[in-house]
Amino acid sequence: MIRFVLSATLTLWGAVASAEIDIQEVTSPGGIEAWLVEAPEIPMVALEVRIRGGANLDLPGKRGATNLMVALLEEGSGEMTAQEFQTAREALAASYGFDVYDDAFSLSAQFLTENRDEAVDLLRQALVEPRFDQDALDRVRAQVISSIRSEEKDPSDIAGATFDAAAYGEHPYGSSINGTIESVEALTQEDMFAAHERVLNRNDVYVAAVGDIDAAELGLMIDELLGDLPAEAPPGPERTEIALDGGITVVDYDTPQSVALFGHSGIKRDDEDFFAAYILNEILGGSGRQSRLMEEVREKRGLTYGVYSYLVPKDFAEAYLGSVSSANDSIAEAIEVIRAEWERLATEGVTEAELEEMKTYLTGAYALRFDGNGPIANIMVGMQMAGLPVDYIATRNEQLNAVTLDEVNRVAAELLKPEELHFVVVGQPQGLETTTN
Amino acid sequence: MHRLIALLLLLLPAIAHADEAVTTFTLENGMDVVVIEDHRAPVVVHMVWYRSGSADEPVGASGVAHFLEHLLFKATETMESGEFSSTVAANGGTDNAFTSYDYTGYFQRVAADRLELMMRMEADRMNNLVLTPEDIETERRVILEERNQRVENSPGALAREQMMATQYLNHRYGVPIIGWKHEMEELSMEDALTFYDLHYAPNNAILVVAGDVEPDEVKALAEEYYGVIPAEPDLPERFRPQEPPQTAARRLVFEDPRVAQPYVTKTWIAPERDSGDQEKAAALVYLAELLGGSNFTSELGRALQFDTQTAVYTSAFYDGMSLDDTTFGWIVVPADGVSLAEAEAAVDEVIANFLETGIDPERMESLRTQFRASEVYARDDVSGIARRYGAALTQGLTIEDIQAWPEILQEVTEDDILAVAREVMREESSVTMQVVPNSEALIQ
Repeated sequence: MIRFVLSATLTLWGAVASAEIDIQEVTSPGGIEAWLVEAPEIPMVALEVRIRGGANLDLPGKRGATNLMVALLEEGSGEMTAQEFQTAREALAASYGFDVYDDAFSLSAQFLTENRDEAVDLLRQALVEPRFDQDALDRVRAQVISSIRSEEKDPSDIAGATFDAAAYGEHPYGSSINGTIESVEALTQEDMFAAHERVLNRNDVYVAAVGDIDAAELGLMIDELLGDLPAEAPPGPERTEIALDGGITVVDYDTPQSVALFGHSGIKRDDEDFFAAYILNEILGGSGRQSRLMEEVREKRGLTYGVYSYLVPKDFAEAYLGSVSSANDSIAEAIEVIRAEWERLATEGVTEAELEEMKTYLTGAYALRFDGNGPIANIMVGMQMAGLPVDYIATRNEQLNAVTLDEVNRVAAELLKPEELHFVVVGQPQGLETTTN
Repeated sequence: MHRLIALLLLLLPAIAHADEAVTTFTLENGMDVVVIEDHRAPVVVHMVWYRSGSADEPVGASGVAHFLEHLLFKATETMESGEFSSTVAANGGTDNAFTSYDYTGYFQRVAADRLELMMRMEADRMNNLVLTPEDIETERRVILEERNQRVENSPGALAREQMMATQYLNHRYGVPIIGWKHEMEELSMEDALTFYDLHYAPNNAILVVAGDVEPDEVKALAEEYYGVIPAEPDLPERFRPQEPPQTAARRLVFEDPRVAQPYVTKTWIAPERDSGDQEKAAALVYLAELLGGSNFTSELGRALQFDTQTAVYTSAFYDGMSLDDTTFGWIVVPADGVSLAEAEAAVDEVIANFLETGIDPERMESLRTQFRASEVYARDDVSGIARRYGAALTQGLTIEDIQAWPEILQEVTEDDILAVAREVMREESSVTMQVVPNSEALIQ
């Protein structure tokens, strides 16, 4: 039944923590591959599915179609109306999270061992046989339009939309996956069926499961869930580059705290320098409290509650972004400090001590991520999407530790481009106006 | 600070479960200890919870509990400012802290064999904080920017502050956790240290350790590091001004041009989970689910989003995790062309019908199943279980109360729910708020 099972016991070496995650590579009878960690301790399964494509597959003039289609998957399928479907799901105490982002469709599901077959049947129905009833379409359309209106008044969303439009123009990355009020108002039932046909396929599908299930059962389950989806996927968009010069764009908005989104081009996930770039970014503006940006902007000057930078490698473009918010009378100073730090890191690089401290933190914290069935399934599906091998978990910390000071500092000089940094500032910032470097 | 976020989110009740491996004991100085074993991964969560939150602050110093939480990452007699977090990071761990009305908590997630170091540092900052005037100056700017980010830039958050201030006539829950801006601007070193000296003591604290640990080992370490700290003899009795009978319905209109989507919301004073007396709270959990827990199957969702197109969003909410009286409420975002007054009238009608018609037994059964299942799912998140214990113990509940809760939920009857609905939803204890971009939106 299972064509082959490759089992690899991996050990995670942290600074101090080590965890064993036994990942099995499963191929279903129908030929769909999945990664599995058997964890019978709790009578439940966490399942993650990704299908590459996502909102990038919106047809011309149909922006928002994929997003609306995905929102409608839980709104009626097979013989069931939306309410009948939800009544059945609630009675099973199963959760199905359907979502879409630029590059992929995502499903995050959890169900109990005691009614797993029924929970999977119902989930299959939503994935394969959605109805897109007109009343459901109209109801959910109104919800989407309501959230588009909210985004138009939210300073962070305004900053994101302004940055994306300027950076990517007509490319799908240049506009919100929600679409515009006009494009969403025009969407029809046929558009929903068309989007479903395009986006839900098993051409580029990734599956991870953790919980009370074995390889044979998982193989049958994923064939049932995904086997009836079309085998082919439509082509995605062309590659694109960030078309933004360095400078500042001020969007006037009457609110007391300015919100800034900034960035320039980034680095590919499969670039051989990605690890060095990852460490570099953690030192500059990573999620820990100790980043240089947090130290300079928050700890020393009290200019913000939080300032972060992040690498965003998407399928068709790579960005290096950051965000900060500060009162209208202090955002200019915050931006000045961020620019100076960007410049300092590009020219001076990091110190040996900073690099060692960051490696210790990152290698130790890695093991902490594997703290439940849901998180492990999520990590495994993310690894597959990134094209990483099953033994990545075991080798990741070694690879990270192998990065040298010279590599990080070479990448700093290449990746950080202070003169290309563009800030979109939403608010009424004092001492700032729209400029181009 | 999670309490401050998410206006439109349903507040899900916490569910405990029966077979978790929990050990509890109390140190000689009065510090309570809870150990939750989960040996699936070699990781531990170490938390210290103080039974003091924003509702325990002195008058005029709103926000000082949260301000102090920030300041606890500064220097102690033996550690430099920032060294706490950098030491956690250097040991491959992560750390943070949070403040609510009834508690302030600090936590680290690290490899299990680093527990001792975490205890040594956390015990150190319970008593040995050393602040400079620069710390006060800089960190006060940070909390003001935090308020800017969470509240001043969010019309929904500003509106909710007004609503809470109106709902509570006498209780400190009417004052925001993060503080009123004008009082935050005046917070001083003395304000912070006075709160610290009085409240940060082992007899006011709960240690929660969850993960790959043995209770004996935790006990030995806890005695070594926390057990040596003297109890605070002057720890004040935890007294908050209680609510008088609320005898007048209140109505608010909150206007802000940044409001994208007008909505109407209503809350009532409601009983919280009390030790040995959690039945009403359990019934209110069901009431919130039945009225507005699902857009598809709840009373409000069905009537306003399916049978009619009155609303684009409906929800009912209740959070029983509170030391003193909490609130029960609903929120509705009307559909295009429906006025706030019409939406409110529609909700009133739904509730009246619900009280008259009673509850579908299948819905009751489905909810019982979901509450039971949530215990299974909760076991996948040991940090969540740790938070549940910490929060409950700072809010006057006991270990027995926490462990009895799932069973109490299973035993709720239709009569319990209808009785508590009639008791709580009295007009005179309500606040109704319309949130609009401008006054024109009211007459649309």
